[in-house]
Amino acid sequence: MVTDYRKPLPRPTVDTKEYWEGCKRHELLVQRCRDCGAYRFYPAGMCHRCQSVNSEWANVSGKGTIYSWIVVNRPVSPAWADEVPYIAVIVELDEDAGVRIPGNLVDCAPNDVKAGMPVEVVFEDVTSEVTLPKWRPVSCSE
Amino acid sequence: MQQLRDRCAIVGTGWTNYSKNSGTSVLSLALEASKKAIEDAGLRAQDIDGVVTYSLADSVPTNAVATCLGLPQMRYYADLSAGGNVACAAVTKAALAVASGMANYVLVYRALNGSSGIRYAGSDFSRILATTSIHTDAEQQFLDPYGILIPVHHFALMCRRHMVKYGTTTKQLGAVAVTCRGNACLNERAMMRTPMTMEDYEKAPVIAEPFRMFDCCLQSDGACAVVVTSAERAKELKQKPVYIMGAAEGSGPYGRGGMWGNYWPDHAECYAKYVAPDLFNMAGVTPRDIDVAEIYDCFTYSVIVQLEDFGFCKKGEGGAFVEGGRIQLGGELPINTCGGLLSEAYIHGLNLVVEAVSQLRGDAGSRQVKDAEIALVTAGGAATTGSALILRR
Repeated sequence: MVTDYRKPLPRPTVDTKEYWEGCKRHELLVQRCRDCGAYRFYPAGMCHRCQSVNSEWANVSGKGTIYSWIVVNRPVSPAWADEVPYIAVIVELDEDAGVRIPGNLVDCAPNDVKAGMPVEVVFEDVTSEVTLPKWRPVSCSE
Repeated sequence: MQQLRDRCAIVGTGWTNYSKNSGTSVLSLALEASKKAIEDAGLRAQDIDGVVTYSLADSVPTNAVATCLGLPQMRYYADLSAGGNVACAAVTKAALAVASGMANYVLVYRALNGSSGIRYAGSDFSRILATTSIHTDAEQQFLDPYGILIPVHHFALMCRRHMVKYGTTTKQLGAVAVTCRGNACLNERAMMRTPMTMEDYEKAPVIAEPFRMFDCCLQSDGACAVVVTSAERAKELKQKPVYIMGAAEGSGPYGRGGMWGNYWPDHAECYAKYVAPDLFNMAGVTPRDIDVAEIYDCFTYSVIVQLEDFGFCKKGEGGAFVEGGRIQLGGELPINTCGGLLSEAYIHGLNLVVEAVSQLRGDAGSRQVKDAEIALVTAGGAATTGSALILRR
C-alpha cells in the first residue's frame, strides 16, 4: 500500500461512485441500460442508445482488447517522474466493443503493445481508499 | 432562408508580438490586437458594436475589452467557453450577428498568455477542461489517474488509431512539421524561424509516443483579432474585403469529451467528416477549388486527418498526401503558410484566420501563394467538434 501517493486520484460523483466502490471490491462494474441492454461508459444518467433512465451496474468479465495506446516519456508534473515511461491505453471491453475504458497497461514492455491485444483487468489498491483498475496482457496470467 | 454565403467580409486584422513571455497582461494583449484590427479596417473603435471571443478560462471577457476601447454600445457579444475548435465558429458568430442585423461591425479576438501564464501542457489542464464545461468531471476522473492529462496524450491516442487502421507513419507526421517550419521561416511573426530537417524532427525527444516534440504545437503569449462587417459596408473600407463564402461547425454522433471522445464511433475520423458537406455546399466550391488551406495543426496528425475528412484525398491516404511536397508553398495545396500553430504561434487558431486573410489580400510577402483566390481555414484538431470557413478575395 502506497501512502504518499501523489498522482491524481478519482473523485467519485453521484454518477460514478458505484464504479469506484466496485473497484475497491476488485469488481469491474459497467453501467447497463435496463431497457435496451446497452452498456455505457462513461457513466451517465441516461442511455445514449434509447434515452432510458433505468440502469444497473453489471459485473463484467474484465476482459478486453487494446483499442489505442500511447507511451508517455515526458512526465507532465513531478508526480509522474518515477512513472515514465508509462503506457496509457484505451481498452475495448469484450462485452461490447463500443465500451472503451481508459487505463494503464502494466506488466508489458512498451514495444510489445499491439492493437487488438487481449488484456484483462488487474486491480491496484493505490491508497487505503482508492483502487484503480489497470490492464495487463492476458498471457501474463497463463 | 437566405444563406450566409458572401454576405459578410473580414475587413481588418491585427496581432501582437507572439512570444514565450509577453511581459504584459492578457487584457493588454487583447486591446493591442483589437485596436490594430480596427485601425487596419479604417474604422474607429466607436464603430464597433459587437465583440466575440473564446477562451478556456485563460483570457479576458468581451465587456473588459469593450470598456477599454470605449465602445458606446455592444449590440452583440459572445464569450465562448471553448477551445480552438471554435476559432472559425467565433468568426461565424460575428458574421451571423452582422447578417441578421444585430450588429454592424463585430470584433473577434483571442488573447492569452499561453506560455508564461496558463499552459495547456500543464498538469492542471484536465481540471481546466472540467471547469470550463469542455468535458465533465467523469472524463477527468477516468483519465487523470492514468496519466492521460494533456492534449498531446489525447491526440496521440487518436493518431495511434489512424496508424493502426491506415498505416500512417511518423515520417508522414514529420512531413507536416517540416512543411510548417519552412513556412514559418518566411514569416516575420513566427516564433520558430530556425530551419528544420526531417532528421531534426526525428532526433527530437519523444513526448508521448507516437508524438515527438515537433509533432506538438507551441505554447504562446499573444493575441490576434479580426473585424467582420457586411459585404456592402466592406466596400467602403480601407482594405480589400475577404468574403466569407462558407461556414460550418459542429460534430457527429456521440462527440462527448472535447478531446478523447470516448463514445466517438471511429477515432481515425474527426469532426471534419460531418462539417465538410455543409461547408462546401454553402460556399458552392469543392476541395479542388481551394488555393490555400490553413489547417488547425495543434498536432501534426491533426492536419492529416482533417485533409482526409475535408475531402482533399481518400480516407486513409492523408499520410501519403502530405508527402512529396504537395502541401508546401508551390505545391498542389499549400497549407499553413504562416507556419501554423506548430511553428508560427498558438493563438488558438485565430492566427490561421489572420493568415488566410493576408493570403487573399495578396500581402503575404515571400510566403504568398500566387493568385490565391479561395482559402480554407479549419478549427478543431482531430477531435469530435470543430468549425471551418471558406474565404475568398
